[in-house]
Amino acid sequence: MEIPYTVKPRPDTGLFNAKVGIWLFLASEVMLFGGLFSSYIFLRVGADNAAWPHGLLNIPIGTFNTAVLITSSVTVVLAWAALKMGNFKKFRAFQSVTILCALGFLGIKSFEYKDKFTHYEVWKKDGTRLTGHIDGTPWFWKTRTLQEKGIQNLKFLPDAKHYAAPKVEHAGAAGGEHSGAHQAIEIPVSEIKRLSAFVPGHSTYFGIYFTLTALHALHVLGGAIVIAFLWGPGGKMWRTEPERFTNRIEVSGLFWHFVDLVWIFLFPVLYLL
Amino acid sequence: MSNSHSHSHSHGPGQSHSHGPAGHTHDAHDAHDVSKHVKVYLLVFGALLVGTVITVLMSQVHLGSAWVNIAVALFIATVKAFLVAGFFMHLISEKKAIYAVLAATAFFFAGMMYLIVWHRGEVPRGTMFIEGANKQLPVDVKR
Repeated sequence: MEIPYTVKPRPDTGLFNAKVGIWLFLASEVMLFGGLFSSYIFLRVGADNAAWPHGLLNIPIGTFNTAVLITSSVTVVLAWAALKMGNFKKFRAFQSVTILCALGFLGIKSFEYKDKFTHYEVWKKDGTRLTGHIDGTPWFWKTRTLQEKGIQNLKFLPDAKHYAAPKVEHAGAAGGEHSGAHQAIEIPVSEIKRLSAFVPGHSTYFGIYFTLTALHALHVLGGAIVIAFLWGPGGKMWRTEPERFTNRIEVSGLFWHFVDLVWIFLFPVLYLL
Repeated sequence: MSNSHSHSHSHGPGQSHSHGPAGHTHDAHDAHDVSKHVKVYLLVFGALLVGTVITVLMSQVHLGSAWVNIAVALFIATVKAFLVAGFFMHLISEKKAIYAVLAATAFFFAGMMYLIVWHRGEVPRGTMFIEGANKQLPVDVKR
């Protein structure tokens, strides 16, 4: 049995099946990301300003990643246009760039994540707080790790300033004579109340940051897999049913543009505000 | 952007309705239309990059109040979103059925966001930071 309207538009809606399908799916995606965005707003407006980290994300890297995603969005639409003009080779060339951009985006994002997993905050019992790196740049240490490893003094390279005290207080002043340079200090573990890397459990900010960006990254990965499939083995359809194949590219492109669109909001909200 | 359907007999925006079950296509016609649109796609691409740079630069300037900065950043993001949705996703000339789906989405999305505004009047006890009420930051989390 042949499925109707895979290529021809339905007379009443003027749409082929997949187009209706993808838009219904995107509508549900708007609500998914919308729910998380509204959570972000809810958490942000209810938070203490001093407890909401600023400037911990790398803006140049984030900007570059935004440009990478925008580039991939234009190559997707150019690939579709190439198919419309019957040029399969050009389509493949453009989609190669898209796939490279997708991998580039995910690679850069992983690098950013790694950066966070090895960056720490120390809450001392006297109320001071420091951010910085632990000697040897270990991943995912927490307060318990110090006891488990039997560490007496934590070798710590504090950052020049703490995110909550950007102007006046020098958070690294724990030892008294710290001058703001990146010099290693030793913090007695007995003075440490809490230690956490910048992981979701660190704070509300990182909780929502990782939730939003990881969900977005999963979308990038999913979209890249579909685009790569249509670029490779799925491309056979071009020889037998070119119009249906072009429609598939359009539909996968719509998903890709949506992923780009989400990032357009995520970037300023998480990195800049 | 009226040519997102290979079977539509499109001569311009608003005239892209299907001409029934006729089997003939208009590939040459489509190709001509599409090549014109490629220029638009490239222009939009440029605008998106410029928009990104402006967003970053504006965020470095203190505009009097944090709310002004937030409003500016979100305004630019919204313009960029319209460019992507309008031109790359062809929403500028889509079929009615899709607009109907999106109208429902917009309604529920706005409703969800309204809940956030609404809650400001009735904050559950202990869920919001109040200046001075809690000097200690929540540091005693067991990890």
